[in-house]
Amino acid sequence: MNLWMWLLLACLLGYGWKLLGYLVPASLLRNPRMSRIAGTMTIGLLASLTIVNAVASGQALALDARMGALAAAGIALWLRAPFLVVVLAGAGAAAGLRLLGWS
Amino acid sequence: MKLLQSPAVRVGLSISIATGLYGVSFGALGVTSGLDFWQTMALSLLLFSGGSQFAFIGVVAGGGSGVAAMGAATLLGMRNGIYGMQLNALLQPRGWRKYAAAHVTIDESTATSTGQTDPDEQKRGFWTAGIGIFVLWNIFTAVGALAGSALGDPKQWGLDGAAVAAFLGLLWPRLKGREPVAIAVVCALATVLAVPFVPAGVPILIAAFVAAAIGWFSHGRSDEGLEPDVDPYAEHHQHPRQDPHSEEDGR
Repeated sequence: MNLWMWLLLACLLGYGWKLLGYLVPASLLRNPRMSRIAGTMTIGLLASLTIVNAVASGQALALDARMGALAAAGIALWLRAPFLVVVLAGAGAAAGLRLLGWS
Repeated sequence: MKLLQSPAVRVGLSISIATGLYGVSFGALGVTSGLDFWQTMALSLLLFSGGSQFAFIGVVAGGGSGVAAMGAATLLGMRNGIYGMQLNALLQPRGWRKYAAAHVTIDESTATSTGQTDPDEQKRGFWTAGIGIFVLWNIFTAVGALAGSALGDPKQWGLDGAAVAAFLGLLWPRLKGREPVAIAVVCALATVLAVPFVPAGVPILIAAFVAAAIGWFSHGRSDEGLEPDVDPYAEHHQHPRQDPHSEEDGR
């Protein structure tokens, strides 16, 4: 139940951001600094989420099959593969490395 | 007028299919992160913003708390406010349309709309991409969530690896030039350094504040990082949109 509450609050705040852009006078938001922070924060959060999902295991750092997934996804992106292929490459690399015995 | 002859509608439909399809990966990762089917669906129906949705399940999957998941999702949603402002000036929706437009204001619908020059085409592009992605994204989230729950042990199928790949795939189109790469590296480093010392989920929020500080104190492109995950105009893009430093293009 607790998770539902945070989930619905996230949905409400997410819609709040979107609506804010439509309701607030443009002069208030047309601020290059705000726009820039929204952009740098998007990059920073996605980089952080990538690395957390690759090496964090609770509060410990672990080098396991997920590193292989990161490398495979990087190669797929380098080769301009579409998003879904990139995701499948990541899954395949992790599953394959586990089959070979690397946890 | 024949809708399918409108270039904006055609771009909107193809971006809907491309983006909608990867709803499968969100659905599958949602149920394996620890959310149930309806929680996963609620994110696609109500939050409806790929980056924020993946952030929420990414934090939950890593053992983070609901508050941390909400925080990461909400911070990633800030850019939609900037898009809303641009689209409000461009499309000037009235009455209930304003509230509907807000809900489908995401990277891809904004990019489809702002890539057109004719005001009618901008409207058609926005609504086609917005509604098209919403419908397909939710259908494919359901498909992925049902398939994900049938898979059994998610690690055996490499689904934790799929999550890593999904985040890198979302980050990649935003790494145009040296500066965004530097921001990404600094934030990744800050995250790794923070992991052993703070509860799960919090390192992501620390990285967000590092990134915000970089944005506050540095002077770069004001639309840096505001690129769609799937570029609707990839085929006819000579240069990225509104990029004053085109020599920085390319990675």
